[in-house]
Amino acid sequence: MTEHVVEQPPTIVVPTTTDLFLGFFKIAISGFGGVLAWARRIIVQERKWMTADEFNELFALCQFLPGPNIVNFSLIYGARIRGPAGAAAAVLGLMGPPTVLMIVLGSLYSRYGALPQSRGALTGLAAAAAGLLISTAVSMAEPLPRKGIGNLLIAAVAFIAVGVLQWPLLGVLAVLVPLSIARAWRRA
Amino acid sequence: MKDGTGTLLTLALQFSLLSFLAIGGAITALPEMHRQAVDVYHWMTSTQFTQLVAIAQAAPGPNVLIVTLIGQQVAGIPGALVATVCMCGPACAVAFQTVRAFHHFKESRWAVAIRAGLIPVSVGLVGATALIVARSADQGWGALLITAATFAITHWTRISPLWALGAGSLIGLVGLL
Repeated sequence: MTEHVVEQPPTIVVPTTTDLFLGFFKIAISGFGGVLAWARRIIVQERKWMTADEFNELFALCQFLPGPNIVNFSLIYGARIRGPAGAAAAVLGLMGPPTVLMIVLGSLYSRYGALPQSRGALTGLAAAAAGLLISTAVSMAEPLPRKGIGNLLIAAVAFIAVGVLQWPLLGVLAVLVPLSIARAWRRA
Repeated sequence: MKDGTGTLLTLALQFSLLSFLAIGGAITALPEMHRQAVDVYHWMTSTQFTQLVAIAQAAPGPNVLIVTLIGQQVAGIPGALVATVCMCGPACAVAFQTVRAFHHFKESRWAVAIRAGLIPVSVGLVGATALIVARSADQGWGALLITAATFAITHWTRISPLWALGAGSLIGLVGLL
């Protein structure tokens, strides 16, 4: 196997179909509480499949396409490197094993979830999960004010409509997304 | 039997549609999943929904796997598979085609505007998710304290949130909540 050395020190490795499966499998099982951080660590630092810039660019693209973004990422990257087989290997590595695990956890929940001990543990777990989600929301919101108060306003309207008033998502998006894109278009 | 097929079809339809609304990650579609599973179809209580979200957060794997758990509670293993495939398949197929086209105009004014315009909306939706989970998770001062402590640990330290999730369930397990 020949390795092409790019201008910069990091050497980019082109994964095989098996590598793709195993790499995305590792990302999936390492990724407690979301997989983005692990995807970056494994793909860029450990396996050197992409440079940090390539990773950021592809991920930014996946983030505003519809659907689960890390699944989009694995599909697009797998296809780009090894065609349909590569896409299948990457998606199956990412989704297959965790899906099986979820089914096992789900059956345990159905069977034992109502026991007093599990109810207590689940209440504590859910309370912690809420804290984790608040932290995600705050980290995402922090850069917003720098790009104008209007962005913060749009985020607040989405938050109130969907979170507080619990309006249907489709209607809220149908109004807010065109409005927000139009604002960004005028400023672009 | 007829009922089972009907439920699977409902799951397939709802999650296929939802996958297109999940802008900025599967987590942004959680409030809508909550609304449908709890208020529209009465598949589960709000507390059960929150517990499933907590399990999905604590387990390894992409966030989107919450739909696997919901599907399974509603219609067993077939439900789990239908929900997972429908939440990923249709939207990913569209995304895949878009990327090919997008490659040519990714620096165009439209592309920049779409990208910039979607960000504040998805921030608001993640906030909404946090609120809905917090509201049905917190059943007292103890739970509220765990939420606050987990936020503080995750946000201001480099300690892995897994420790907070583990501590939270342990405190609940020994009956302190």
